Amino acid sequence: MTALLELQDVEARYGPVHVLHGISLAVEEGSVVAVLGPNGAGKTTTLRAVSGTVRRAGRIRFAGRPLDRLGPAAVARLGVAHVPEGRGTFSELTVWENLRLGAYTRRGSIQPELERVFTYFPWLSDRRRQQAGTLSGGEQQMLALARAFVLRPRLLLLDEPSLGLAPVLVAELFRIVRELNEKEGLTVLLVEQNAHLALQAAVAGYVLEAGRVVLSGSSDELRADDSVRRSYLGY
Amino acid sequence: MVTAATSRLEGLRGGAGFPLVSLVLVACAAGLLVGSLRSATFAQLTVQGLALGAVYGILALALVLVYRATRVINFAQGELAMATTYIAYQLIQWGLSYWEAFVATLAIALVLGTVLELTLIRPVLHRSGIAAVIVTVGLFVLIDGIVNWIWGGDFKSMPSPFGTKIYHVGGVSIARLYVGMFVVVVVSALLVWVLFRFTKLGLGMRAAALRPAEAALVGVRVDWMLAVGWGLAALLGAVAGLMAEPSQFFLQPTLMQPILVYAFAAAVLGGLDSPAGALIGGLAIGVSLNLVVQYVPAISSELQEPFAFAVIIAVLLLKPSGLFGHQEVRRV
Amino acid sequence: MRSRIATVASLLIAAAVLSVLPFVISDYNVSLVARVGVFFIAVLGLDILTGYTGQISIGHGAFMAIGGYTTAVLSRDHDTNLIVTMLIAFAICFVVGLLVGLPALRLSGAYLALVTFALAVSVPLLPLKWSSFLGGRDGVQTSHEVSNLWLYGVAWAASAVLFVLAWLILRGRVGRAFRAVRDSEIAAVASGIELPVYKTLAFGISAAYAGVAGSLFVLANNGFAAPDEFGVVLSLQILIGAAVAGLGSLWGVLAGAAFVGLLPSVSSSVPVIGSTHGQDVVFGAAVILVMLLLPDGFAGLLTRIRRLARA
Ligand SMILES: Nc1ncnc2c1ncn2[C@@H]1O[C@H](COP(=O)(O)OP(=O)(O)O)[C@@H](O)[C@H]1O
Ligand SMILES: [Mg+2]
Repeated sequence: MTALLELQDVEARYGPVHVLHGISLAVEEGSVVAVLGPNGAGKTTTLRAVSGTVRRAGRIRFAGRPLDRLGPAAVARLGVAHVPEGRGTFSELTVWENLRLGAYTRRGSIQPELERVFTYFPWLSDRRRQQAGTLSGGEQQMLALARAFVLRPRLLLLDEPSLGLAPVLVAELFRIVRELNEKEGLTVLLVEQNAHLALQAAVAGYVLEAGRVVLSGSSDELRADDSVRRSYLGY
Repeated sequence: MVTAATSRLEGLRGGAGFPLVSLVLVACAAGLLVGSLRSATFAQLTVQGLALGAVYGILALALVLVYRATRVINFAQGELAMATTYIAYQLIQWGLSYWEAFVATLAIALVLGTVLELTLIRPVLHRSGIAAVIVTVGLFVLIDGIVNWIWGGDFKSMPSPFGTKIYHVGGVSIARLYVGMFVVVVVSALLVWVLFRFTKLGLGMRAAALRPAEAALVGVRVDWMLAVGWGLAALLGAVAGLMAEPSQFFLQPTLMQPILVYAFAAAVLGGLDSPAGALIGGLAIGVSLNLVVQYVPAISSELQEPFAFAVIIAVLLLKPSGLFGHQEVRRV
Repeated sequence: MRSRIATVASLLIAAAVLSVLPFVISDYNVSLVARVGVFFIAVLGLDILTGYTGQISIGHGAFMAIGGYTTAVLSRDHDTNLIVTMLIAFAICFVVGLLVGLPALRLSGAYLALVTFALAVSVPLLPLKWSSFLGGRDGVQTSHEVSNLWLYGVAWAASAVLFVLAWLILRGRVGRAFRAVRDSEIAAVASGIELPVYKTLAFGISAAYAGVAGSLFVLANNGFAAPDEFGVVLSLQILIGAAVAGLGSLWGVLAGAAFVGLLPSVSSSVPVIGSTHGQDVVFGAAVILVMLLLPDGFAGLLTRIRRLARA
């Protein structure tokens, strides 16, 4: 069985600055895969390489199709939802408009999608007319997730969802991600500083350092690894 | 960045200045009403000013759409409007009725504006704002030259879209022309508002203008949206040109040059990124120009453009974000 | 060192060619090349503003109008020496430029473009209002006209003086400050450069250059200053000249000035588009093409050719 998402020797750069030096990884359909690594390792850039928001080279295949020549809009149209670092909600628009944008690539009525999303995020339904910018940080992160989910993506790219959130909210967020994964079979590529949480949610993980994969394995293997334990789990 | 976000929000919620602005506007409207009740001349000037101001406002709206989409001031907006008016003239010469030509011209303008953005603006946009502005300046001269070349600089006349009927309301005579201009502009503006507010395309255009990177992530074709924004602006410009023409009674290549300056003043007055502000600014400029020229002896009709210039300077010095605009964050 | 020598050599060549030229070409051509000198000064002035500080002006025709009317009125009313009127035009436009530069302090590019454009439209209308003093639509005539050779000599001498002046200003502290303003305003402030001072100063200098160009422009126009001569298209032409020129190269500015100075007479002899408005078509198309194909103008093209030649 081939993976839903497969990266082979992917390089990426910002202008002259090379950031990724040959990343290879695979994400099986229906799984949650974590990407760990210190700040500046290139985790965000890896997700951006997939969604086409950074200049990249190398092979990126999604559901058997090459992505490496596609721009972000085209990648989104194939069913890849990217919740960027810092959420990327449209704070000037209403909650409803944000959700509508999430399903931008879908044709026809999005009512069923919305209903489905509201079962996971019931409070959003009452706030649909509210300006997204007036939501709290945690609510905005939930909205970002909800917006990604209206697309009914085959693959969700999730970048540091726990950043700046209170622990209760983080737990709630991860509960929803796990639920989406279990109930809907959503495939997730998760970037997360909190290795503990990440490895709990994921079946497998990759550790990035300075733009290279230095370690990979199942979550259990990673948890058992000494260097991971020391650097990321803190015991 | 934090200031950017908060001031944006303030702008949307209304901010502290908003009640004051509405108060001033209500006071102005009341003043106009009182004046109009007391003097028929005043009333006539006000009505005419509103009609002309609507034209300035819709051109200002075009400028604002372009500015919001691409952060560029399109200096060719007026000349583009003038050129599309000539296209309507030509279509009428070829036998179309006025309103057939009107609709056809709007469609042509939409395509023209979109194509111009894709071919001439997009390639330089990433380089610098100055480069894009210089291209629009080049377009200004180019369009002017082409129109003069094809149609010549002499006066052309087009059939009147609204006839010459004059309504008498109380002691005030109101030309049907002015009512028609006003209505056409308001309806166009409303349609654009509906497009932006209630359609998926409009939502995509707003998202693309507000946050291009995030919009692309959800699958909005940002480049395309911005180009269509230019197209829509050209369409609104065509409305402005077609409504300006009957108010001047003749068509000539300089039709839109003074109007562009008034539209600049209107857009700055309303706040360069506020569509509603542009329209209200246009009305304010139209009415005040008319009244000032009549009632302030020092300002004769030659000084209309300098007056608009003074408005621009005054607004920028006193309230750079205009009546309804968001504060541009530029802490230096 | 080599580039220094090359620069001096090219300056000398330019000077030599320009001083011999009037004696080998016809009187009509002398007037044309004099016109190029007039635009050289204006384009140079705008180049200082836009190229070095990154501020845009679509209103340099307004400063030219002020300079031109200064010369015309002083000559008409007081028969002032024309060279002296040029110096006065320089001073007046410097002050006006500072005044325009003041609101510009608070404005980002888009607003600045808008303000200067409105200025370009407004200033030529003022003579219509104060017609007894400024001649209204009929314009103002200087007390006497100058020969083409006089104009040629004065225009290019002024060009040389102003070019050297620009070089002196830009090579030192002021030039560094200007560039810092352009490259990053925030960084410039952080490094202790007094941004408002330098932004305004750049505007003043630039306007003063345009003022001198305006004086000469009137003299080139048989000593006649009228509103129509200073229409908005003049401002656009100067901007086009600066766009063609690119940044900071003598040859670039020369090319830009020659482009806007000569095009009207050259294009009128071209078939099909040789009508009065054919030049506008060429102007507009040319500037768009330059922006699309030669991002750094003629100066950038020269650099590229030189690099190719070396390789
Ligand atoms: N827009 C950018 N321009 C230039 N360099 C960048 C940009 N974004 C990130 N980088 C650099 O790329 C490297 C990797 O960044 P990133 O992928 O954001 O790391 P991570 O998400 O693992 O913290 C860092 O060294 C960062 O400085
Ligand atoms: Mg990151």
